[in-house]
Amino acid sequence: MVTALPLRLSGATLARRGKRLVGPVDLEIGAGSITAVIGPNGSGKTSLLRMMHGLQRPASGRVEWSLPDTQARTRQAYVFQQPIALRRTVLANLAYPLRLRGLPRAEAHARAEAQAARFDLSDKLAQSAPSLSGGEMQRLALARALVTAPEILFADEPCAALDGRAMREIETRLIGASARTRLIIATHDMGQARRIASDVIFLLHGRVHETGPVETFFASPQTPEARAFLKGDIVE
Amino acid sequence: MNDLLAGLGEALRLILTLDAELIEITLRSLRVTLSALAVACAIGLPLGGALAVWRFRQRRFVIATMNALIALPPVVVGLVVYLLLSRSGPLGVLGLLFTPAAMIVAQVVIITPLVASIAHQALRDLWAVYHDLLISMNATRWQRIATLLIDGRRALLTAALAGFGRAIGEVGAIMIVGGNIDGATRVLTTAIALETGRGDFALAIGLGVVLIGLSLTVSWASHWIMRTERRGTW
Repeated sequence: MVTALPLRLSGATLARRGKRLVGPVDLEIGAGSITAVIGPNGSGKTSLLRMMHGLQRPASGRVEWSLPDTQARTRQAYVFQQPIALRRTVLANLAYPLRLRGLPRAEAHARAEAQAARFDLSDKLAQSAPSLSGGEMQRLALARALVTAPEILFADEPCAALDGRAMREIETRLIGASARTRLIIATHDMGQARRIASDVIFLLHGRVHETGPVETFFASPQTPEARAFLKGDIVE
Repeated sequence: MNDLLAGLGEALRLILTLDAELIEITLRSLRVTLSALAVACAIGLPLGGALAVWRFRQRRFVIATMNALIALPPVVVGLVVYLLLSRSGPLGVLGLLFTPAAMIVAQVVIITPLVASIAHQALRDLWAVYHDLLISMNATRWQRIATLLIDGRRALLTAALAGFGRAIGEVGAIMIVGGNIDGATRVLTTAIALETGRGDFALAIGLGVVLIGLSLTVSWASHWIMRTERRGTW
């Protein structure tokens, strides 16, 4: 099967107004299930995800997929920390990515309805998406991102500002999706990283300080910064 | 005060008796204005969307120019369109001068910048919300513009209504290119100007009341059709 993975970052940096936000980062993301990008606030988690997804171009270095960029982009999806709902019904939101890809309206709507059923949104299909609750909106964002069956899904703090029940729902969906889709999730919630991730990337000051399987990272972090972070100390 | 009261009475009489001339002038006003508005929206709304989405070198200059064109003096527009359409002008062969088509052309020139500018303002704000999502979804430039036009349709109603208001109340340009010919190019505003000149203030005020009523009716109807300001709509 042709795959966009592995994703390779070679000396990739991201800068804004001359200030370095991320990097240089050397990283390879291959097949797997769920990778958690963790680190304190301002460590560059969101920026790293945005750079990997192509929402922001690296100032230097390279971000390369194993497929040409145009093909790789169609195999990715992104869930934003603040879910963005199109000013349409839930059904139209779910059908939107399929319509963008040229699917006929009837087929797109049929697939959108099936996706709504998988994400318990069937009773909301005719409702305007911006009027959904926070948890429902994030569920819609995830369902919409997955409706095209992407090979890779980036999710930026997908459970931020959600209550426990909504968080559990989203985590369950993410774990379910990981069977078919490679997930890269930014989170500052260590519990969440333990619960759902198979491996972690620990970021600090925009640089990758440590990577590895989740059990190893939490049991015996290799760097003093990671140890301090896991202890709950303020890491500067 | 007497003229005003007499005018209101005259307006009531004209409307209640369905005065044939009033109906004819009103329908012509609507036909000319709505035709001009349709053309202006066909140009201005996608232009507003394109300026919200596209980043190009002279973008700020184009936006500033478009905004400046909102203040185009109608009389000057009328003069230029007159010269273009006059027999010796470059478009004289079309024979449009002193026809409703010439009035539509003049109105299109006057209201397109207004429609495009308001559309741009509204769609720029929506683009700020949608930007990351549509880029992430790999939407093409045309798909992005189409999405903004569809999802921003209620905000675009304001642009269309502003264009309608400017066009239906316009007098200077259409007087020049239409000629205010009875039974051919006379519309509400030019009729009001004519009756005021004649000193028939009652009829002028009557026509004015009809004009205002027409504007309000179109606005109410548009909001009702678009279901604005209702629960669950945007």
